[in-house]
Amino acid sequence: MKKEELPQDKSALASMTRELMYVKDKEGKYTTDLSTGWEVKKDALDNAWDDIRERVEEARLAVKNGEKSPICYFMELRIMDVIVLSGYTGFWGFTIKRHMKPSVFKSLSEKKLDIYAQAFNISIDELKNFKGE
Amino acid sequence: MKNEAFEHMQSAHCENGVAASLLRYHGLDFMTEPLAFGMGSGIFYLHIPFLTISNGPAITYRSMPGWIFSRTCKSLGVKVHRQKFRDEMKAQKYLDDKIMEGVPVGCQVGVFNLPYFPPEYRFHFNAHNLIVYGKENGHYLISDPVMETVTTISEEDMLKVRFAKGPLAPHGHVYFPEKVGIVTEDMVKKGIIKGIKRSAREMLHIPGNIGGVAGIKYTSKQIRKWRDKLGPRKAGLYLGQVVRMQEEIGTGGGGFRFLYAAFLEQAHAYLPNDELLNISQDFTKAGDLWRASAIQMGRIYKGRVDNEQKDFEICADILVEISDIEKQAFQKLKKLKLG
Repeated sequence: MKKEELPQDKSALASMTRELMYVKDKEGKYTTDLSTGWEVKKDALDNAWDDIRERVEEARLAVKNGEKSPICYFMELRIMDVIVLSGYTGFWGFTIKRHMKPSVFKSLSEKKLDIYAQAFNISIDELKNFKGE
Repeated sequence: MKNEAFEHMQSAHCENGVAASLLRYHGLDFMTEPLAFGMGSGIFYLHIPFLTISNGPAITYRSMPGWIFSRTCKSLGVKVHRQKFRDEMKAQKYLDDKIMEGVPVGCQVGVFNLPYFPPEYRFHFNAHNLIVYGKENGHYLISDPVMETVTTISEEDMLKVRFAKGPLAPHGHVYFPEKVGIVTEDMVKKGIIKGIKRSAREMLHIPGNIGGVAGIKYTSKQIRKWRDKLGPRKAGLYLGQVVRMQEEIGTGGGGFRFLYAAFLEQAHAYLPNDELLNISQDFTKAGDLWRASAIQMGRIYKGRVDNEQKDFEICADILVEISDIEKQAFQKLKKLKLG
């Protein structure tokens, strides 16, 4: 990539930094230059966030319809998956999947709820009382 | 406590940046990001099948986190101290003690709770690296290599990011050069050769078809199947993830290929074999094609659903071309007589 071809598009990085890129100068030698962003990347990131929002919304509806427990919703909201949530809670993946069933969730001890609440950075009440509204 | 002698240096990639900055601090003034990347054999390719990360394909353009720094230091006879912790308070005390001693410390952190990262970038990615070079009023002084300027993190946030959980969890991981001896030009030359030969070996001869230059072809084959298998929308999201892994902040562009081309150019200053410059051009071409593939993928995911199979075929064809170019380039590097 030539220095003059380095994109300077708008991106979410604006609030933090410009990024350093390796480009060729006029003599054809490598140098570095700063970029504010690239539209192609921005679109990819925007799409990823659209997808996350859709997943959160789906999870919310699933909780509302009594198909899933609030653990499923907050997991999506915190852009976690079962592997990450397993890391934060210490529960096995299949245990977490069981806890996502509303019937199992209802009988969870305060201690287990507290572990989830901490992983999601919310209170136990917020977790217990989330109805998908 | 602030280490006045420490100089912040911006780099494309966090681990190279920490490596180059720390080594420069310890007197190795010649160290640059491309040199650290090349000596540490940072260039790589791997597509792990059946595994999804953030609900997309698991692809990497670089070697395992931590290896670049370890390999570069090993080549230069630099002894590195690394430590992980179970206990958060012990981890904090250890870091604070080192800072009081005036030692700039490399830290592995998760970015989900990293306060100065824009929210859009805060995923559960746990292999970010930064340098702590002081502590003032309960705030750590931070040199994050991907940033233009230095920044700070509160004590509380520092614990959160050092003890992020999930894949590649840092467990409070800290590291710094413990003992830096005399580094001769001969050692640098040998380190460069070793780095080049190791990369050629890894990219050409890694067993199986999912890594190295063969892995690029594997991805290309998968891309041809994605639209039928996943549907147009999800296939587009998968391409978006490929582009993010390849071009997002920290790669220097073109999936680290420009960085590698820059390394070969710098290697030429130590080992004046003009073939290095020619092969550097090959990697520039590969990087340009990676960028071209990203643009093509972008056309698909921007349209989201009204894409066609032929659009995916174009992306896949570019990847085949890249695989061939990189294969030839690494074969040349493998045979190249250097010093």
